[in-house]
Amino acid sequence: MLVVDDDLALAEMLGIVLRSEGFDPTFCADGSLAVQAFRDAKPDIVLLDLMLPGVDGIDICRMIRAESGTPIVMLTARNDTVDVVVGLESGADDYIVKPFKPKELVARLRARMRRTDEPAAELLTVCDLSIDVAGHSVKRGNDLISLTPLEFDLLVCLARKPWQVFSREALLQDVWGYRHAADTRLVNVHVQRLRAKIEHDPEKPEIVLTIRGVGYKAGPP
Amino acid sequence: MTRIRAAGLRLRSIWRGSLLVRVTSTTLILSLVVVAALGFILLTSISSGLLAAAERNAITEARAGMTDAQRVSAAVETGTAAASPGRVVDTLVASLAARAGNPPQYEVLLLATPDNDNNAPERGTNLVSTLSVPTDLRTSVNDSGRLSWTFTEITYLDNRGVPGIAVGAPLTIPGLGTYELYYLFPLTDQVGTLDLVRGGVVAVGALLVILLAAIAWIVTRQVVTPVRTAAQVAEQFAHGHLTERIQVRGEDDLARLASSFNDMAASLEKQIHQLEDLSRVQQRFVADVSHELRTPLTTIRMAADLLFEGRDQYDAATARSAELLQTQLDRFESLLTDLLEISRHDAGAAVLDVDLLDVVALVNRVVAATTPLADRYGSPLVVAIDETAKEDSPWDATVSADSRRIDRVLRNLLDNAVEHGEGRPIIVTIGASASSVAVTVRDYGVGLSDEAANHVFTRFWRADPARARTTGGTGLGLAIALEDVRLHGGWLEVWGAPQQGACFRLTLPRAAHDQLLDSPLALTPADAGVDVNPNIALPSQANPDRSPVSSSSHAGLL
Repeated sequence: MLVVDDDLALAEMLGIVLRSEGFDPTFCADGSLAVQAFRDAKPDIVLLDLMLPGVDGIDICRMIRAESGTPIVMLTARNDTVDVVVGLESGADDYIVKPFKPKELVARLRARMRRTDEPAAELLTVCDLSIDVAGHSVKRGNDLISLTPLEFDLLVCLARKPWQVFSREALLQDVWGYRHAADTRLVNVHVQRLRAKIEHDPEKPEIVLTIRGVGYKAGPP
Repeated sequence: MTRIRAAGLRLRSIWRGSLLVRVTSTTLILSLVVVAALGFILLTSISSGLLAAAERNAITEARAGMTDAQRVSAAVETGTAAASPGRVVDTLVASLAARAGNPPQYEVLLLATPDNDNNAPERGTNLVSTLSVPTDLRTSVNDSGRLSWTFTEITYLDNRGVPGIAVGAPLTIPGLGTYELYYLFPLTDQVGTLDLVRGGVVAVGALLVILLAAIAWIVTRQVVTPVRTAAQVAEQFAHGHLTERIQVRGEDDLARLASSFNDMAASLEKQIHQLEDLSRVQQRFVADVSHELRTPLTTIRMAADLLFEGRDQYDAATARSAELLQTQLDRFESLLTDLLEISRHDAGAAVLDVDLLDVVALVNRVVAATTPLADRYGSPLVVAIDETAKEDSPWDATVSADSRRIDRVLRNLLDNAVEHGEGRPIIVTIGASASSVAVTVRDYGVGLSDEAANHVFTRFWRADPARARTTGGTGLGLAIALEDVRLHGGWLEVWGAPQQGACFRLTLPRAAHDQLLDSPLALTPADAGVDVNPNIALPSQANPDRSPVSSSSHAGLL
């Protein structure tokens, strides 16, 4: 995994904690080198501090997301609406607010890295999309649509039970792995990102439908 | 009736609301009174002048006629001795009528006195009726035996009638006895003149009144229009359009008012901008401090956690130190979070992230999250739904609100109730009306004095400073809750009485910022006034052997 943080003490402490939990972190303290470090290390997850000298954390997030679907967890000192939403919109899968407890951090990282071992071959359809769960691919006709693992999980979760309306809290639990209620903005932002990729017209969604006051559901198969 | 009243009220509001209407209508009414008085005086003097002239003329004319009549009647007598009484009278009247000219300036009427019993004939010119002479005049002529006169209505046998002057004198016709001779002068000309004058006065007066009102309107408008413009601009300014200015025209007093208003506006705008800049700097500073503090705090937190995890391997003192470090870090963190939150409210930087929110589900979630803490204190948490408003089906308790904030408010209220609930049950009630949703949190703890109730929302306030702080309350929880609720346009209130517990009521409008008029739940609980005596058995009291509540251990607050 890659840890991008300019604070040396925090980076060292993160290293101690992460190694004790069985991770193998590499570090990058300079924002302008972060994307290169990402290409070199090919990590399975990125832990990214939003406030970095040089390049803004948001920009790094965008650049990494542009070339890969690797899970990104942001470290942020503020949970102001704008700060977090901008981070999520630029492609982060989840965020964690400083100060956090080590266990909390590890749980967040594990949840994002969790891959169901060899899922059974399963084919789902929503509207004109076909989803190959085992092959981790979404196709419209013959066109492959590239989704990040999180977006894929979100779509599969909704598509498996098209008759059910999922509350934001339920999605946080099923997709993000939060056991307690968390920030529902996570769901809102990622539904927007998912729609931007799969809907014909994201303004008039047909695949991921909003049920006002309740949550979201998948369109008809 | 009500319509008349409504119209009256509207008129009243127009009258009170518009200087223009008030000045114009006052001018209208006052000038009407003045013009009417002037017209009356004018008409009176003209008519009395006209009548006096007519009167003098009539008396002169009549005197000459009388002398003539005496002469003619004497001549009649000396002329034809055998003339019949009718002929005598005819001749007399004809000769008198001839003097009146053509058309006649007056009528002549020859009447026999009431005591003339010679079967004397009576005559008048031009069908004039004997009724033209009032009896008063006749009496006066007969009694005085001299020339008398009065105003009268000259009537004719064909029912015509004109105002006029009647002048009469006694006349003795030899052979026929005593007669009264009356001259009747019609005032047709004078009446015509008076009518003309009156018409003129009324027309001129009405024109004058209308012109005066118009002048008042124009003059007042000159003053009122700039004042109204100023008022409009001031209103705009008050609504935050700080760049609004009044156009200054000319150099009069109003222009001076406008330019001083503009100066004031400019100075206010400058100060407001300065304050805004200051608050932005401050906000930025708080955000930076927060970030700068949080990064080292994260490192400390992780290090402390590592030490805490391994505390079994240390000696007792070091292990305890690791524990203290851990708990105080928790406290430090929540204090930092709360400080940041309240400073955000103070800076006006707190924004609502509004979404549709089911209050029942939220309450259940918060209650579930608070249950472990409540269990530690021994207070059962009970959720109740207020059934009274359930007629308006379908009953629901959804509001447009920021779920994160309302979640925090409810958590604060519940933590607070648990902390001061003395292990007795805590009842959370949800109520809803068409316009609002309310939640009350009732505890049966030591309660609140009036003074305490006034201060529970004050930052860092503690009812009893001597009381040790046991839980991790920062002293800001309720203050933040109040700000959060205010941000929604809702209410957060408290009821409390010593030894009777306390009740917090949260009321939210269905849509954030809608005006709240009342709450679906009462703030004062139905069981208020009942002392919470430790001897009273409360349902499912979890900790029966706890020490009795002493009044000195008053609640400290979150």
